Amino acid sequence: MPFPTVDAAAKKGVNAVQQYALLSGRALANLFRKPFYAADIITQADTIGIGSLPIVILTGFFTGGVLALQTASSLSQFGAAAMTGQLVSLSMIKELGPVLTSLMVSGRNASGMASELGSMMVTEQIDAMRALGTDPLKKLVMPRIVATIFMLFFLTIVSDAVGTLGGAAVSVFMLGQDGSQYFHTAYQSLHYADIIQGLVKPVFFGFIIATIGCYYGMTTRGGTQGVGRSTTQAVVVSSVLIIATDFVISRFMIGIFGR
Amino acid sequence: MNSATQTLDTRVPANPDEPVVVFENVSIAFDQKQVLKNISFKVKPGETRILLGPAGVGKSVLLKLTNGLLKPDEGRIFVFGEEVSAMREEDLFKLRGSIGTVFQEGALFDSLTVRDNVGFRLEEEHVPGDEIDQRVTEALRFVELEHTLTKFPSELSGGMRRRVAIARAIVTNPNLLLYDSPTGGLDPITSTTIIELVVKQRDVYKTSSLLVTHRLQDAFTLASHRFNRETNKMEPLPGDHTDLKTSFLVLFDKKLVFDGSTHDLVHSDDPFIKEYIS
Repeated sequence: MPFPTVDAAAKKGVNAVQQYALLSGRALANLFRKPFYAADIITQADTIGIGSLPIVILTGFFTGGVLALQTASSLSQFGAAAMTGQLVSLSMIKELGPVLTSLMVSGRNASGMASELGSMMVTEQIDAMRALGTDPLKKLVMPRIVATIFMLFFLTIVSDAVGTLGGAAVSVFMLGQDGSQYFHTAYQSLHYADIIQGLVKPVFFGFIIATIGCYYGMTTRGGTQGVGRSTTQAVVVSSVLIIATDFVISRFMIGIFGR
Repeated sequence: MNSATQTLDTRVPANPDEPVVVFENVSIAFDQKQVLKNISFKVKPGETRILLGPAGVGKSVLLKLTNGLLKPDEGRIFVFGEEVSAMREEDLFKLRGSIGTVFQEGALFDSLTVRDNVGFRLEEEHVPGDEIDQRVTEALRFVELEHTLTKFPSELSGGMRRRVAIARAIVTNPNLLLYDSPTGGLDPITSTTIIELVVKQRDVYKTSSLLVTHRLQDAFTLASHRFNRETNKMEPLPGDHTDLKTSFLVLFDKKLVFDGSTHDLVHSDDPFIKEYIS
């Protein structure tokens, strides 16, 4: 296989970014154009949101639990074991809740979108849809973007709550801490800025998951092998973008709110 | 089917005086590889044009150019008098409401039942459910598959899937039908069944069509047969007659090397065509 020249690779990269931006922009613009596929949005919300609930609950619970377990021993060295609740709730709500939930949803749904749309691409079903007078960006992509953003927001809230509960379970039943003290410090340490930071992130992450999944699906070439490639790339790229965007949003929010 | 399918908003009535499809010096390349060069031809109302050529010559590309799924690099394409090569995608969706397309492998939506596949466009047009059922059943009756309403494409044979694809293409009574290798990969008996449906659509509904194939026997069956409404079967035209509304286009090496009647094709002196049809 010949090595691509630097300019060819750069052109390919720029072209991919342009196509991604066009797909995302057109899909979002379709939100304000008729017909509005409400039923498709609800179907996708069920698949993406309700379908992801078990993994989000399990991930959130055990993350909160292990956070309490790992930090309590360090905090106790400074006589600050009572701060476990504060540490768990701040970590879950500001960072781990949004990021881990997004990574789980990305693994489950960005791959699902890429493989579903990719299979439709290689079997000409997308072309058939266009030939039947229906815009696939409107019918297939827009509902996935709206449903992912909407449901990821609520999944993050569930994950935050379950994570805090997981931390409480470990603190109380394994570390012998006082439950009311755990919840008191967890609640008292939270400010509006923390909540806003934790709830702004899933909106961006949901957009990334859906648009990346759909982009790789809609640009699939090369049969079943191409579908596999698109699926893998969708998960890898969306995961990396989530973590990178998390850093940017965190820095931006700290700049605004000072914490 | 006619009575129920006259009132789609998206239909563009064919003007009897102007060609349904016009290609003017159309060229297209992929990754700097020229696929079609300076292609020009017309499809008149009620006419069936059979596009022949070796595999990989760009026949399917030409069909996708016709309904605007691809844009040419050069040249102009008109369908129903509108320049599809210059139209925005949003406007093309409306125009495609009057074009029926049968894809190479059927391209049925595998997660939808036969009923939902055939009625897809009607659902998008918000036609009432009862009317959709009626029109889907009629379209499926045309292809003799009305018993498959609740089945999924994966439960059908290859030939049945093509017939469902034809039903999906004709359910809105389009003014132009594009068939992309409708018999490709099928056994001879099933191929004849599909060609019979194409002949039936041509002779009963007089729909203009562009049919891509590399199977000569199917092309000549189309040109030399007619549909008998009394027996509901396809039959050979008497003597050596061929259907005057059916003519041929031959693509070879990026170019259109033949555009003419069945008689002209059979008696062509072009060495490639002679070899191709021998």
